[in-house]
Amino acid sequence: MTPSHENYYVPEQSGWPILTTMGLALVGMGAPVLLAGGTPDFFALGLMILAFIFFGWFRRVVIESQKGLYSAQMDVSFRLGMIWFIFSEVMFFAAFFGALFYVRTFAVPWLGGAGSNAMTGQLLWPDFIAAWPLLDTPATGFDRPSEIVDPFHLPLLNTILLVSSSITLTFAHHCLKQAKRWQASAWLAFTVALGIAFLWVQGIEYVEAYTHSGLTLRSGIYGSTFFILTGFHGIHVTLGTIILLVMLIRLLRGHFNSEHHFGFEAAAWYWHFVDVVWLGLFFFVYVF
Amino acid sequence: MTAAVSAHHAPVRGIRRWLYTTNHKDIGTMYLVFSLAMFFIGGSMALVIRSELFEPGLQMVEPEFFNQMTTMHGLIMVFGAVMPAFVGLANWMIPLMIGAPDMALPRLNNFSFWVLPFAFTMMLSTLLMDGGGPNFGWTFYAPLSTTYAPPSVTYFIFSIHMAGISSILGAINIIVTIMNMRAPGMTYMKMPLFVWTWLITAFLLVAVMPVLAGTVTMMLTDIHFGTSFFSAGGGGDPLLFQHLFWFFGHPEVYIMILPAFGIISQIVPTFSRKPLFGYASMVYATASIALLSFTVWAHHMFLVGLPLAAELFFMYATMLISVPTGVKVFNWVATMFKGSISFETPMLFSIAFIVLFTIGGFSGLMLAIAPADFQYHDTYFVVAHFHYVLVPGAIFSIFAAVYYWLPKWTGHMYSELLGKCHFWCSFIGVNLTFFPMHFVGLAGMPRRVPDYSLQFADFNMISSIGAALFGLSQLIFLVTVVRCVLVGRAAPDSPWEGAQGLEWTVASPAPYHTFSKPPLVE
Repeated sequence: MTPSHENYYVPEQSGWPILTTMGLALVGMGAPVLLAGGTPDFFALGLMILAFIFFGWFRRVVIESQKGLYSAQMDVSFRLGMIWFIFSEVMFFAAFFGALFYVRTFAVPWLGGAGSNAMTGQLLWPDFIAAWPLLDTPATGFDRPSEIVDPFHLPLLNTILLVSSSITLTFAHHCLKQAKRWQASAWLAFTVALGIAFLWVQGIEYVEAYTHSGLTLRSGIYGSTFFILTGFHGIHVTLGTIILLVMLIRLLRGHFNSEHHFGFEAAAWYWHFVDVVWLGLFFFVYVF
Repeated sequence: MTAAVSAHHAPVRGIRRWLYTTNHKDIGTMYLVFSLAMFFIGGSMALVIRSELFEPGLQMVEPEFFNQMTTMHGLIMVFGAVMPAFVGLANWMIPLMIGAPDMALPRLNNFSFWVLPFAFTMMLSTLLMDGGGPNFGWTFYAPLSTTYAPPSVTYFIFSIHMAGISSILGAINIIVTIMNMRAPGMTYMKMPLFVWTWLITAFLLVAVMPVLAGTVTMMLTDIHFGTSFFSAGGGGDPLLFQHLFWFFGHPEVYIMILPAFGIISQIVPTFSRKPLFGYASMVYATASIALLSFTVWAHHMFLVGLPLAAELFFMYATMLISVPTGVKVFNWVATMFKGSISFETPMLFSIAFIVLFTIGGFSGLMLAIAPADFQYHDTYFVVAHFHYVLVPGAIFSIFAAVYYWLPKWTGHMYSELLGKCHFWCSFIGVNLTFFPMHFVGLAGMPRRVPDYSLQFADFNMISSIGAALFGLSQLIFLVTVVRCVLVGRAAPDSPWEGAQGLEWTVASPAPYHTFSKPPLVE
C-alpha cells in the first residue's frame, strides 16, 4: 500500500447533506400525508429538493474530480462505496424474491391443505385450490385476472431489449477505453434508447394488465408479487436510464478519458445489476 | 487543494459547525449525544411500563397507551439508542484506530447522521396523533401492524425507511473506511478488534437493513394499495412477515452485540496489562457468529407451526452459535488470567458485561431448545433473556467505551468515584430489574400485558424498584460526563497504563484533524 493518504481529499464543510436530509424528511413526512388523502405539497416539495440535490451535490463532486482533487485512493473509496451500495440493492430485491418464493413454495400450497395443513384448507377456505399463477384467491373481494401475462410476448421483447442494452453499454465502455469518444457516445446513446424502449414496453404491459387482463395490485398475491417486483425493477431502470443519460452528457462534454471514467463505470455496474435482476424476474415471475 | 486544507484547521463556530460538518469527530459526538437523548426518552417509557407493573391491576395508564409504550420503548432503544451509539463510537474511533484522516466519505457521513433526528422526531410524533402511536410491539407483526394498525402506522413505516437509509449509508461508509483507509502496514490481522467487529457488523447492516426496507414497503402496499403479502385471504401469509422480519431481526441483534464484543476486547487487555488472548480466534469467532446469524431466524417462530425439519434445523443452528460466542468469553477470561488487573470504571463495566452477558447467553441457549421454548415463548423469560444481553450487554459495553475513551475525546478525566458509583448502582439496578423476570417468566407470566395474576406481584414489585434504581443511576452518568467535559482534570495522551493502539498516540483531546499524514504501523 502506498502511503498516499496525505493527499486524501477531506471535503470542507458542506451544506448539501443537511439539505438532502430536509428533502428526505419532507418526502418521509409528506408521503403519509398524501396517502391519508391530504395535500401532496410536502411530498412534491421534498422530491423537488432531492432532485435539485442530485444535480447540485453530484455537480460539486464532478467539479472536484475535474480539478484533480481526487487521488487514486479516493477512487478506490468510490468504487468500494458503489459495490456495497449495489449489494444493498441486491438485498432489497432479495426481500421481494424471498416473498415470491415463500408464497409459491409454502404459503399457497399450505392454504390448499398441503403437507400437514389439511385442516387449514378444510377450516378456512375449503373450496380453495392451490395453483400458481394464483388467479382464484382463497377469499373473495379481489380482482380476478382473466389471464396472466404471456412471458413470450412483451416480456421476451423486454428481455431482448435489456440484455442488448448491457451489450451495447459494454461496447461503449470498450470504445471509451480506446479513447474513441464519439463511438462511445453513440453506443451509450443507443443504450439509453434501449432503456427508454424497455420502459415504454413495460408501460404498455402494465396498461394491458390493468385494462385488458384485470391483473391489478388488488389481484391477491399473484398481482402483489408481480407488480412489486416488476415495479421496483422499473423504478431502477428509470433511475439507471437517467444516470446513463447524465453519463452521456458528461461524455460529450469531455469529462472522461480512457483511464479516468469511474462515473461511467459506476453507472455501467448499476445497469448490469438492473439487467441481472430482470433475468431473475423474467424466469421466476413470468416463465416459471 | 491548499485552499481546502487551510480552511479546515479549526472548526467554525456556532450551529453551522454541526449542521455542515464533515468531520468524523463532530459527527461521532452528534451520534453519541443523540443516542443519549434517545436512551433517556426510551428509558422514561420503560419507567412508565414498570410503574404500571409495580402492582397488579390497572392504575397508571390505559392498556392502549401501555401497548404504545412497550412498542416505542423497544423501537427507540434498538434503532435510536443502541445502534446510533455504536455508530458514534465507530465514527470517533475507527479513523483514530486505523490511522485515517477521516471517514472515507465525509459528506455522506453527515447525511447519515442528520437523517436520524428527523426520523425519530417523526416516530415520536405518532404518539400525539389520532389513534395513538404504534401499539403492535417493536416486532410489528402483521396483521397487527397492517389490518389492525392505527392510522399513524404510515408515519412509522417512513421513519423506519429513513432510519434504514441512515444505517445502510453509515455502514457502507464504515466498510469503505476500513477497507481503504488503513495506515500503511496495518494489515487486516493487525486491526484492533473494535475495528474488526465493526467491519463485520457493517456487513450485516448492509445485508439486512434493505430486507427490512422491503418488508415495511410490503406493509405499506398492503395497507394503502390493496396487495395481499401478509393476508391469507389473497393467498399471502402473515407468517411471511415474521420470516422476513426475523431474517432482518436476528442479524440485527448481532448488529447490537458485535461492536460490544469489540469494545470489551479493547478494554479487558488494557486493564489486565496483557495482550488479548487469541486475537485470530476472536476474529474468526466474530465472522462465524455473523454468518450463522443468517441461518437461525426461525427460532423466534418455533410456535407458529413450522414443519418439524425446520424446527430441528433452526434449533441446532441456533445452539451452534454458542460455540464461537463461548470462544470469545473464554478468551476474555484467559486474557484476565494472571494479568495485573486494576478495576477502573471501564474495566468494571467490562467484567460485568462478561458475567451478565453470559447469563443472557445461557438463557438464550435455553430458549433455543425448541420443545422447551414451547413453554417459554412470549413469557417474561424471553424479556429477561434479551434484556440481559442488551442492557448489561450492549449498553454496559457502551458505558465502558465512553469511560474508556472520554479522556481522549474531551482531554479531561472523569471522576473515578462518580464512575464507580454509576457502575454499582447500574449493576445492582439491572440485576434487580431483570433477574426476577426469569422467575415470573418460567412461572408463566406473559409479556406485553399491563396487568397480571396476583402470584407474580412480589417479583414484579422488585423489578419495578430495580428499574427505578437503574433509571435514576443514569443521572449519575449524565452528571459524570458533564462534569468531565466542564471541570475534569487534564488527561495525558495515554491515560491508561496498559493501553495499546494508535488512538493513544495522538494528543488528548484529539485534535480536530488527526493523521493527515498516515502513521507507519510497525
